[in-house]
Amino acid sequence: MESDRFATSAVALVKPAIKTAGIKILIIDILTIVEMELRKLRHEPTVLFTRAVQPVLWLLIFGQAFSRVRAFDTGGVTYQTYMTPGILSQSVMFTAIFFGLSTIWERDMGILQKFLAMPIPRVALVLGKALAAGVRALCQVTIIFLLAAITGIPLHWHPALLLAAAGVVILGAVFFATLSMIIAAIVKTRERFMGIGQLITMPLFFASNALYPISIMPDWLRVVASVNPLSYMVDFLRGALVSGQLTSWQADVGILLVACILATAVGTYLYPRVVT
Amino acid sequence: MEVIVEVEQLKKSFGKHTAVKGVSFNIAAGEVFGLLGPNGAGKTTIVRMLTTLLPPDSGRATVCGYDVRRQAARVRQCIGYVPQALSVDGALTGYENMMIFAKLLGLKGKERNKRINDLLQFMQLEDAASRQVCTYSGGMVRRLEIAQAVLHYPRVLFLDEPTVGLDPVARKGVWEILAELRQIYRMAILLTTHYMEEADTVCNRIGILNHGEMVVKGTPAELKAMTGNPGASMDDVFTYFTGNYLDAGGDFRGIRQVRHISRRLG
Ligand SMILES: Nc1ncnc2c1ncn2[C@@H]1O[C@H](COP(=O)(O)OP(=O)(O)O)[C@@H](O)[C@H]1O
Ligand SMILES: [Mg+2]
Repeated sequence: MESDRFATSAVALVKPAIKTAGIKILIIDILTIVEMELRKLRHEPTVLFTRAVQPVLWLLIFGQAFSRVRAFDTGGVTYQTYMTPGILSQSVMFTAIFFGLSTIWERDMGILQKFLAMPIPRVALVLGKALAAGVRALCQVTIIFLLAAITGIPLHWHPALLLAAAGVVILGAVFFATLSMIIAAIVKTRERFMGIGQLITMPLFFASNALYPISIMPDWLRVVASVNPLSYMVDFLRGALVSGQLTSWQADVGILLVACILATAVGTYLYPRVVT
Repeated sequence: MEVIVEVEQLKKSFGKHTAVKGVSFNIAAGEVFGLLGPNGAGKTTIVRMLTTLLPPDSGRATVCGYDVRRQAARVRQCIGYVPQALSVDGALTGYENMMIFAKLLGLKGKERNKRINDLLQFMQLEDAASRQVCTYSGGMVRRLEIAQAVLHYPRVLFLDEPTVGLDPVARKGVWEILAELRQIYRMAILLTTHYMEEADTVCNRIGILNHGEMVVKGTPAELKAMTGNPGASMDDVFTYFTGNYLDAGGDFRGIRQVRHISRRLG
C-alpha cells in the first residue's frame, strides 16, 4: 500500500463530523435502523415464506376440524374464519417474541457494542429494531392473509380496515419485539433466552381470545386474558377482517399503544446492559 | 502535546473478581498507545469503559475532554471503535455496511458518498464493495471495520485486538493503515494486543498489563533499555516485567473468545 494514497485525496482536509441532536435526527436514526434490518431481509426473503407455512397449516387442519364442533357462538361465521385473526396475531407474536435472539447474537458478534458506542440515542436503537420487526411481521401476515383468502376463508377486503389492521399488526409486533429485547437484556444468554421464550409463548397464546372468546373462560383466565396485549390485537383484527365492525377499537389501540410505550421505556433503559 | 485520552486510577470488578485494578495512562493526538497483555489481563474491559459501554467502578477517564460516565453522549461523538469480536453484518454488502454507518454518524449527501468511496478506495475494498460481507476474507473484514470506524474522522480510534486471527500479510496491511491514519489525521489510537511484535512495530508507547494492573509504561526502546539488555525482544521485555510468562496464559473465557474469533475469520 503506497503511503501517500490518503494524503493526496481531498478528504484528508475534512474536519471531524459532529452529529447534531433533535427530533428530526432521532427519526432519521430510527428509519436508518429499520432500513438496515430490511436490507438484511432482502438478502434472505425465503424466511418470510417458511414462517408463514405453519400458521396456514394451523388454519387448514385445526380450523377445519374444529369448524364441526360448534362449542360456542362465533358470531355467525365458521370457526375457521373466527380463528383466522387469532392465527395471524399468533404468528406475529411467535416471530416477534424470539426477535431478541438477534440482540444476543449481535452482542456475541460485537455488532451491538459498536452501535452502542456510536452517537445514536438508545431509544432510536430499540424503536428502530422493533419497527423493523413490525415490518417483517406485516409481510408475514400479508402472506398468511392471502393464503387464507385463497383457501376460501371469507375475509373483509375493505381498504381502510385493511390499512388499520396493518397498523395494529405493527403495533403488536413492536410490543412483543421490545418485550423480547427486554428479556434478552435481562437473561443475556442464548440458552436462557430460548428457555424463557418457549415458556411464555404458549401461555400467552392460550390465555388470549385467539382461539375462543374470553366469555367462555373461567374467571382467573379471564383476568389474564384481559391484561394480555395479544387479546387486543386479536379483537381489533377480528373486527377489521371478519365482522367488518370495529366496536371497541379505541380500547384495543389505546391499550396496545400504552403497552408499546411502556415496553419501549423499559427496553431503552435495559438495552445497553446486554453488553455489560 | 495535546492529550486526548486521560485515564486515572480506573477500576472495574465483575462480582468478586477485579478485572482492572486502578490503571492510569494518557494518550496524545497522533500517538499510538498499545495496551499489551495476555488474554484475561483486562484490556477489553478498559476499552469498554473508555468507549462508554461499561461504567467504571471508580477512578476517572476523559476522552476528548469529556467524562466517559457523565458525558457519554459527547464521548460517542468523537470516538471510533472496532471491537474485538467480528462486528460487521455478513448479510449486508460492504457498501451497505458503510452507508448505514455514515447515516447513523450524521453524514449527508455528497459529503457522505465521497467519504464512503474514498475510504473504500483507501482500504482497497472498492471492487468488493457490492459483495455481501460474508464472502470477505478476514483481512478485508478488518479493513471494512476500520473504514466504518473512521467515517466521521474521530479524534480517537479504539481497536481491540485488531489483528487477532489474521494472516501475516493481512496483519501488515492493518499496521500500515494505522500508521497512515495516525500521520494524516493526527488521530490518537489505542490498540490492544497480545502480540509482542505488534506492540513493538506499531506503537509509540506501550503499557504492559497483567492481571488487571499496569506493570510498566514507556516507548518500546525505553522498555527494552529497562531490562538492561539493549538487544532485548518484546518477549524478553514482557517476561522481565511480569516475571511469569508461562503463567500469564489467560483464562478459559479469554481463550474461548480468541479462538471463537479466529474461527470466524478463518
Ligand atoms: N462481563 C464479564 N463478566 C464477568 N467477568 C468478566 C466480564 N468481562 C471480563 N471479565 C473477566 O475480566 C478479566 C479481564 O477480561 P478482559 O478485559 O476481556 O481481558 P483481555 O481483553 O485482556 O483478554 C477476565 O478474567 C475475564 O474473565
Ligand atoms: Mg480482550
